Amino acid sequence: MDEALVRRGVEDLLAAYAECIDEDRLEEWPDFFVEDCRYRITSRADHEAGLPHGVVYAASRGMLSDRITALRQANLFEPHNYRHIIGPIRIKSIKDGVAEVVSHFFAVRIMHDGDTTLFATGRTLDRIAVAQPPYRFIERLVVLDSHKIDTLLVIPL
Amino acid sequence: MSDLGNAQGEPVSWPSNSLSQVPFRVYTDPEQYRREIERIFKGPSWSFLCLEAEIPKPGDWVATTIGETPVVVARDKDGAVHAFVNRCAHRGNLLCLERRGSVKPGAERLTCIYHGWSYGLDGRLLSVAFERGVKGQGGMPPEFRKDEVTLPRLRVALYAGLVFGTMSAEAPEFETYIGPEVGAAIRRVLNRPVRLLGRSTQILPNNWKLYAENTKDSYHASILHTFLTTFRINRLSQPARIFIEESGGHAFSQVKLDYAAEDADYQREQLRADSGFRLQDPSVVDSVDEYGDSVSVQILSLFPSMVLQQIRNTIAVRVIRPRGVDKTELDWLHLGFEGDDQTMTERRLRHGNLVGAAGYISLEDGCVGGFVQRALTGHDDGSGIVMLGGHEAEQEPVRASEAAVRGFWKKYRALVGE
Repeated sequence: MDEALVRRGVEDLLAAYAECIDEDRLEEWPDFFVEDCRYRITSRADHEAGLPHGVVYAASRGMLSDRITALRQANLFEPHNYRHIIGPIRIKSIKDGVAEVVSHFFAVRIMHDGDTTLFATGRTLDRIAVAQPPYRFIERLVVLDSHKIDTLLVIPL
Repeated sequence: MSDLGNAQGEPVSWPSNSLSQVPFRVYTDPEQYRREIERIFKGPSWSFLCLEAEIPKPGDWVATTIGETPVVVARDKDGAVHAFVNRCAHRGNLLCLERRGSVKPGAERLTCIYHGWSYGLDGRLLSVAFERGVKGQGGMPPEFRKDEVTLPRLRVALYAGLVFGTMSAEAPEFETYIGPEVGAAIRRVLNRPVRLLGRSTQILPNNWKLYAENTKDSYHASILHTFLTTFRINRLSQPARIFIEESGGHAFSQVKLDYAAEDADYQREQLRADSGFRLQDPSVVDSVDEYGDSVSVQILSLFPSMVLQQIRNTIAVRVIRPRGVDKTELDWLHLGFEGDDQTMTERRLRHGNLVGAAGYISLEDGCVGGFVQRALTGHDDGSGIVMLGGHEAEQEPVRASEAAVRGFWKKYRALVGE
């Protein structure tokens, strides 16, 4: 496959993904994944120790949709948003229509009262279906640098 | 303006002997916090230190805290578990800097990086750098007796794969401290060797007691946490009981569920066409009755700072760590068992979405204590009302009671005083 083309598609996917979350179009968030997907948020410490638990652990697109329904309809919390800044993106391999990608991010949390703090930093280890557009995540592993989460995590990263 | 502001400098006073009135300043007063650290965490209570599974081999150690005191837990070459204060006897430096580790094979000692004093895995001082000086000059004077120096040692208790410690000589033996019923409820859940599935820490912007009370508060469960009712889960569950141990400090609540009926009910629900919400993927709650007793939820709290939780097939130890009068760290240890097959592990991981910092039925607990703390800032006169179900701290057959919260205060007042 044309690596430059794949790279541009991956960059577009990552940018659109962050924009979807940060602009509160969360109902569209599951559409960035294939039906039979994996999405997990873990910590660097757990990741290095090979521990399988996820702060968020989804094994299907339905579980991602349920996350959003719960956020909108059931869970109670103070309104807030993130601003994702995506740093370096590296395509590790492209094989059989699947790109393995590592990217780095930080997410700033903006509370409804304007309080703004650095909420999370980390990297995402992705497997992305790139055989044809639209590109979709097969697996998205969010590895947070810290094992500490301030207050709660309800909006996905 | 007698009902506004902080009564600075005056000790927190209790309006009466009743357990159903809790003065708000107990959550805001720095002096009260200092008393709690001394009289509860350094006092005659037992605190959770770590899992035995975190120090499986001789030479393994974990650095943790009791209250705010740094503590090392280590397993020696004979397999015995020791705990001692993580502070070098020489100049008070932290002996273990990282969260966990293992000593070099054959060395069986922990060495302070500052001046090289080293200690056995039981906290005894083994060697002092340049003890005899250099070329006969300097060194320690003859009256220094190395073999008389030991880091302050804690009493340690191993129970159902959990390691507990106390700094107090007066604390009763651990099994006496928790009592037989609470002990049986711990062993009910941890009835086989555990496997650690993951760890996380949630920073709570509130006094530690607000979370400690929350875990004993069955009143809020269906009101603050609406996930289960929104998705029509748990309709077939029945509150079974709340047990409160005699001192009031330890308690557990149990909820029973007819697992087979729920399964059938859910299948029927899926076919209904009304506007209610459904889980697209019910595997997040798709449960098995792994203990064979229909108890689908057991929340057990050990005074002052540990919670053992079984919610369906997700099992976790939570440790409440005070970090100042208005900050708390909540450590989560997510557990499975050594005998779990892949299907069971996967089930536990999916049920893990229910709990923790992002938990469907727990994330509200991360923020609600902070809301209370903010409301109390600058306005902490008066007392909260903890009267649901009366004034006592006796065990209850119903959930519409705050008896277990009153139990917390019974134990608290016995230790901290008036």
